[in-house]
Order: sequence, then structure tokens, then C-alpha cells
Amino acid sequence: MKDDQLQSAAAQGMRVVEKRVAVSRRAFLKGSGLAAAGVTALSAGSLMLPARDALAAEFTHLGADIGKTLLVMARDIFPHDKISDRFYMLAIEPYDAAAAKDPALAKLISDGVAQLNALAQANFMAPYAEVPTETERLTLLYTIEHGAFFQKIKGDMVTGFYNNKAVWPLFGEEGSSWEKGGYIARGFDDIDWLPKA
Amino acid sequence: MSKTFSKDDNSVVVIVGSGAGGGTLADELTRQGVDVVILEAGKHHTQEDFENDEWAMFAKISWLDKRISAGGWHHTETYPNLPAWIVKGVGGSTMHWSGLALRFMAHEFKTRTTYGHVPGANVLDWPISYEELAPYYEIAERKMGVAGTKASGLPPMPPNNHYKVIEAGARKIGYKDIVRPVASNTRPNDGRPACQQIGYCMQGCKIGAKWSTLYSEIPRAMKTGHAELRPQSMVLRIEHDKSGKATGVLYADKDGKQHLQKARVVCVAGNSIESPRLLLNSASSMFPNGLANSSGQVGRNYMNHTTAAALTINPGPVYMYRGFDIAAVVSDEVPNNPDRGFLGGYHLEGLALHLPFAAAFMKPGGWGREVSSALEKFDHMSCVWVCGEDLAQEENSITLHPTERDQHGLPIPIVTKTDHTNDAVMRRHGLAQWRKLSEAVGATRVIDMPPYPASHNMGTNRMSEKARDGVVNKWGQTHDIKNLFVSDGSQFTSSGAANPTLTIVALAIRQAEYIAGAMRRREL
Repeated sequence: MKDDQLQSAAAQGMRVVEKRVAVSRRAFLKGSGLAAAGVTALSAGSLMLPARDALAAEFTHLGADIGKTLLVMARDIFPHDKISDRFYMLAIEPYDAAAAKDPALAKLISDGVAQLNALAQANFMAPYAEVPTETERLTLLYTIEHGAFFQKIKGDMVTGFYNNKAVWPLFGEEGSSWEKGGYIARGFDDIDWLPKA
Repeated sequence: MSKTFSKDDNSVVVIVGSGAGGGTLADELTRQGVDVVILEAGKHHTQEDFENDEWAMFAKISWLDKRISAGGWHHTETYPNLPAWIVKGVGGSTMHWSGLALRFMAHEFKTRTTYGHVPGANVLDWPISYEELAPYYEIAERKMGVAGTKASGLPPMPPNNHYKVIEAGARKIGYKDIVRPVASNTRPNDGRPACQQIGYCMQGCKIGAKWSTLYSEIPRAMKTGHAELRPQSMVLRIEHDKSGKATGVLYADKDGKQHLQKARVVCVAGNSIESPRLLLNSASSMFPNGLANSSGQVGRNYMNHTTAAALTINPGPVYMYRGFDIAAVVSDEVPNNPDRGFLGGYHLEGLALHLPFAAAFMKPGGWGREVSSALEKFDHMSCVWVCGEDLAQEENSITLHPTERDQHGLPIPIVTKTDHTNDAVMRRHGLAQWRKLSEAVGATRVIDMPPYPASHNMGTNRMSEKARDGVVNKWGQTHDIKNLFVSDGSQFTSSGAANPTLTIVALAIRQAEYIAGAMRRREL
């Protein structure tokens, strides 16, 4: 790009990334790179269920109750109100296939969920996923946060959620740039709100 | 034109490691006609393997063999088996390094003289001065193509958004010494292209604009016909004869098969954890405490800089990852000024993270809205890494685990580090200054982060004037064994406040000159 073109690009103001995703589920699965890792398409019947239950129903090995508990827990661990459940689902869904092959993991998760639900019942007379407010659910998570179950789920979420390329646009993270020629002509120096020196 | 040397060829210089020290040494020795065999523990990656992906590259190139964090530092909790963040592969940590090529200051070579006796520390002057090293800094800056230096003639790296926001804050609070000497081409140079502001510099520069021995020094050494590179060759011990001279090294190839490579000279450049570990693992009946360890200082005085980091949420978008990873570097706090309550100084270094690493490092172990609300402003973030002098302390060390063994049957290294009071005071000062700098441009939130796993590892085979105080002399030659050299950052007597790579390269150039000369004179 020539200098005059660069200057005119700068004159247009900062190139801001819209923190939204607007893709079909098909493209979304393809782009996330998780399709190959065992994320299955929704069956027609499951579309009849409310969205969260439909997602949880994909836990064929651990079961929908555990799936739903993990989903709510994942959201409570790293809550982003503008991000839909399906992105959280992508972070926790690998547990279902992994637990089928790993009895120790299956036990850690099912015991952990059972303990959390027992706590929830004792305190709020409902299973964890049905405890109505985040504040109430957090009191339960604080009780178990140093245990192996919580640590496992939280630790995996750091990469399972934030390292999912599908969520990056929601944070303004543009990802790999070398194939686009880097940022030399795409706003590496276009900041426009700094006070004049 | 790669060459193959016989394992019985005892005329070669064996270099253990191919990073900033080993790679540079190989290039400098071969250009003087010296034959070298480079033994590299890791694989031979190429730029084809580089991805703009933090975790994928972390998994691909990091030194992930089990190491143990011990002592009073934060890493025993946050990174118990990953005390250091270094690279296992041809090119070593020059694949991962940020590219920041800072020189030490003169007083940082004379820390004992400048600071006096420091209780609880083992501070010592280097046996060389800034003036002695300055000509080699120049050669290093030219070789590596450090942008904005007189030596390279390359124009400065153009400021990116992250640079501009930090520079604006720095100037507002009165800082003046704002620099950015980075070893990345700002125009095509040395057969490598110009920086395209891709970012992901620490994941291996995809186009090779940032200097790395992987594609600069190593291929150049091979072309001379005087070098052989053997990747996936983990050196297990250094052998010696009855006179106490090094005779060769025993190494394991990728299949675990062991080989003995004879040598005229052995140069150890395996980073500050592996290099002392190798000397300690080479203990024999003649040297029961390990090779070159008559002083007892092998593995001691481990330094990894006094570091801290912080993420700032700015009032507008920054996209800190757009462009070269190092942003503005504030050097005003580097001079020694004990009025601040600590000895030595520090740099405030703008260093970009992408979302996955920001999430991982911001608050290790943290969760909830405290974390997620900050990450929602990732696009508004700037990020600093504080790089300050870490005072040598004897008990900060690399030691061998009494029972736990690695895949080759060798004891696993334990990395013990406890802050000196000086470190803690400096860290607080650095983070407070960053907060002021950030607030000066309207930051709404500043999140202090604990130190990352250490990429700067220094001091565990330190240089000393007297044999009783350290492991090597001013040429990096061990005091005890004249044909055994240390060629990496473990030679450092002090850590300074500068990222170590430029100094490692300058020392390796100077050492190569000495070794080649001594070989010609038949002193080696």
C-alpha cells in the first residue's frame, strides 16, 4: 500500500471490531475447529426443547442433568451476559466423550455435580442449575472452589472458553493475522482518541 | 552445505544448545574456520510450523519437561511444574523472545561497587566492564538488526497503537526516556523481510522479520561447511580425562540411544536451568560436586528478573496485539536511585497479549465477574511487563531432585526462588508507576498480575574475577576446566534491568573470538 493510501486509511478513523458474531451454526462449528472434536449437530426433535435443555441433552454419556449443571456452572465461572449458552457448551461438551473413556474423570464430574446439587438442595431447596440467582449460586461455588471438581472445570474453562476462536470476535480479538498481511495496512497505528500531547 | 563429523573426531568444538548463546557461538566460530557440532535437545522446527496461536505454539515449542518450582515465590502455587517459560528446539528461546534488545547500563556490571554490601544477597561485580562489552554490543546490534540503532542503520520500529497509548501516559507523568530497540527488520535486511506488524512475535515470527538463530545464525554456520547440527540430542553428561580436561559429551538421540561425541572444547549453552544441571549431573570421582564447581556456585545465584505485569483498561480501543509485540519501553527508572527504597532499577515494557493469554495470566486461579468483566474490555487493554534487577542470592538455585528422574534417568531440576526484600519493594514501585501512567490517559481500571513463568533465567554459572566467587572467568571459560565454557545467560553476574538476549549474544561473539584465538595459539 502506498503512503497516500495509508494516510487516507488513517484519516477514516480507527478500525474498530464489532464485538458480535453473526454466523450460521454450520459455519460456526466449522470455524470453531471443534466440529472434528465431536460436537454433534442438533437433532430435529431437540429443537423443540428450550435452548438450554437442548444443549444439555447432548450429554449422552453423562446425561442431561449433569450437562445442564456444568453449563450453568461454566457461565457462573466466567459470566459474559452477551454471550449465549452455545459458546459455553463448546467449552464443556468435550467432557461427555472424555468421561466415556476415562472413569476417573466421569467419577470426578458426577460426584462433583452430586455434591453441588446436595449443597444447593440444603440451602435453596433446588438443584444447582435451578437456583434462581447468580448471587445464590455463587455462595455454593465459593464453598467448593478449592476442591478438585471446581478446579478442574475452572482450569479447563480458561482454555476451553477463551481459547475458542469462535468467541474471539466477541472480545475484539482478531486472531491470526499473518495470512492477511499483518496489520501494516490494517490499523496497527490508527488509534484516534488519545489526547494531543 | 551441511557437514558430518565423526563421533570420534576430537578436534571439534561441541556446543550444547542452539539459542541466543549457542547459535551465535556456532556462527562466530565457523566464520573463523572452527569446526563445531551443535547438539540441540529439541526438534528442528521451521517457520512453516509457526502459527499465530498462543496456546498452539506454547504446546509446540515450550520446554515442557517436568521441572519443580520451590521457595517463596508465587510460582509454587501458580506454576508448580513450569517455573520457566523457555523453548526446546533449534533456535532455543530466540523463537519465543520478544525481540527487545536492551543494553545493560555501566553500573549494572559493577553492582557490588555501586550497591555496597547488601544483606541477604550475594552481589558481585562482573569481571568485565560496560566499556569492554560495548564494541560487542555494537556487533550484536548489527548482526541481529536492532531497529533504531546506529549499529544496524535500520529505521526505528514504527509506533503502533499500544506504543502510542503507553508513550502518551509516560510523557504525561514526566517520563522522557522512552525507547524501543527491537531486533526486527524495519526494512529487508540480512536475507530476511521487513516486519509486517503481524504480532504474535513470541509465537515464532511467521515471516522471519524478528531475529532468531533458527533462521539466521544456524543456517549461516551450516553454509560454511564447518558445522553439524544434531537436533533432538539431549546432552546427559560431560566427560573428562584424568588430567581433568573435558573430552566429550554423552547424549541421547530421539530414540533414547546414547552416543559419545568427542570434543576439543565443550561449550554449554542450555539456558540457566539446564546448563548448571548438566554440570551437576556430570559429577565424577574427580569432581564429586559436579564439573567446574570448586566454588560451590554452580546452580547458585539463580536470577529471573524482578517482574510483575498489569493489564490496563483504557477509555478507548487499543488492540494492543496489532503490530510488533513490544510497545513503548520506559527506561527512566533504570538508573540506580536508592531514594526510591530499592537498589537497581527497572524497565516498564509494553508487551502485548492476545485474549487467551490475557485470560490465563490476568489472575491465575481467579474467576467470576472480577475476571470476566475485565476481559470484556480486552480490545481496550494495554499491558505492561516490569523488568527489574533481581539481586543474586545464593539460596536461589537450580538443584537436583533427590529421587525424581526424567525420561533419560537423570534427576529433575528444582528451581528455587525467594524474593529479596529489594525485589518486593521494586515490584510495588513499578506497578504503582504503571498505574499512574495508565490513569494519566484516562484508564478506568488497572489489574495487577503476578509474574509470568520466567523467560529470563540467569546467573547459575556466574562470571567472577576470583575462582572462589563464581564458575567462569571473563571469557565464560570455567575457572576449573580450561576447555569447558559456558555460553549462555547463566554466565551473568548480575541480572541488570535489561532483557538478557542482546547481552548473551554480545558475550557469545566475544567468547568466540577468544576461543578461536586460543585454539590458533594451541592454548586450547
